[in-house]
Amino acid sequence: MSTLRYDGAGVRYGGVNALCAVSFSVEPGCVTGLIGPNGAGKTTLINATTGIVRPTSGAIYLDDRRIDGLPQHAIARAGIARTYQNIRLFAELSVAENIEAGGYRLSVPLAERALQTLLAAAGLGHVGLDARAGSLSYGDQRRLEIARAMAAIPPVVMLDEPAAGMNPHETQALGDHIRGLAANGAAVLLVEHDMRLVFAICDRVIVLNFGEVIAAGTPAEISRDPAVVEAYLGSEATA
Amino acid sequence: MIAFFAAHSKLIEQIGINCILALSLSICLQAGQLALAQAAFMGVGGYAGAILAARYHQSLGVCLIAGAISAAITAALIAFPVQRLRGVFLAIATIGVGEIARVVEVNLNVTGGAEGFSGIPDDANIVSIMLVLLVCFLAVYALRGGRRSPNALTRRWSLAINATREDEAAARGVGIDTGAVRFWTLVAGGAVAGLAGVLYGHSNFFIAPQDFGFGRMEAILVYCVIGGAGDAVGAVAGALLLTLLPEIFRFLHDYRDVTNGVILLAVVIFAPRGISGLWAKR
Repeated sequence: MSTLRYDGAGVRYGGVNALCAVSFSVEPGCVTGLIGPNGAGKTTLINATTGIVRPTSGAIYLDDRRIDGLPQHAIARAGIARTYQNIRLFAELSVAENIEAGGYRLSVPLAERALQTLLAAAGLGHVGLDARAGSLSYGDQRRLEIARAMAAIPPVVMLDEPAAGMNPHETQALGDHIRGLAANGAAVLLVEHDMRLVFAICDRVIVLNFGEVIAAGTPAEISRDPAVVEAYLGSEATA
Repeated sequence: MIAFFAAHSKLIEQIGINCILALSLSICLQAGQLALAQAAFMGVGGYAGAILAARYHQSLGVCLIAGAISAAITAALIAFPVQRLRGVFLAIATIGVGEIARVVEVNLNVTGGAEGFSGIPDDANIVSIMLVLLVCFLAVYALRGGRRSPNALTRRWSLAINATREDEAAARGVGIDTGAVRFWTLVAGGAVAGLAGVLYGHSNFFIAPQDFGFGRMEAILVYCVIGGAGDAVGAVAGALLLTLLPEIFRFLHDYRDVTNGVILLAVVIFAPRGISGLWAKR
């Protein structure tokens, strides 16, 4: 059980403030949704958390440990797993090897049964362990990425648009799976454009726009928030 | 049988040495590093072994250890400046390293300069070469094994190396220190090439800088391409085939080296994943 906390975290690319002074927490046992228009800084936030980019201001804490500035692999070993907006599987390796690589931080190889359990939990029970990851269908590759992230038994999971390209039926199964992760105690950060999914499964929703948090609250509060409506739909034409 | 080995012992020794060289590059290729300084590492090992044996009368075993260590240290020193380079950029930088090594060997007194270094004792024989080859082969094979690797540690290393090759960013994302993987595969590949260099000197009695030049590096790369990049069985198969064929086609006289070019073309066109890719199921 770990809490991920952003304390004024900001990322500047040259003159562009991709993320400015963001402060909020991702609590264990909860699904925290992160939404916002394109370019709002959602993926930048995940990249700053996992060490791909270094925050230029502020700090990020995993419980009491400051993790910004650590190398990427050290952050992953501290227990932050992620999936990618564009699928990044080890394409030439088998399904089993992908999941085993996901569990690398545990330094104990996963047993065959643990692999099967992870696959089944991600809705991949029909896929063979020795199948080449790159040969799977698009949806299955997305699910395999989640299974790979979960193999680390991570206290914090960051999902970058996991439902992209999924049909409503698959999306619902994915939602149930994500709820299950939180029920097991993980702190889940969900970046997603599918609002139906976000409002259905999130306990809290953070709204980003131009790198700033413009609203935070329960899904019900967010859907009524005028600032959010404005960011997504544009302001009402003023006469 | 014994007559056959006696008549072809030099050829068999060359095959063994070339197989070790192919394995040394295969280690780097497995981690996705197109590092082409293997011939330079071979030269470092070769000269270290030659000097220790000819000047200080050390046994082959001591020479092998010293050759491997000196080549590994050279590789470690090179690993730092090239740590941010990938793909062809790494290839170009490491080819440059090979050229630097050759020029240094030509200009040093201790290496005998451009005239080469002679008087190396004939300590290497088929048995010692094949023994070194076997050890290197098993080590590289275990690293490639993935889930079929024999124990938890090699399985973990194998996983780290394979994941680094497939996607470095994603590998870091699961907690693999890809910088360490790249460093240690380069050092291990250097050490193995150093072993081959020692054996080469002790098998030929004479070494010169041009033995470790770009021509050698190119040959090692072609062994791996034809055998199947980054696969222990493929590397050995490629080295075996390409060392043997020019000898079999000796009756073609000046045209015999054409066979290697023809094979390379055929492999690239008909079996782009190399010989080992032909029977790999996935």
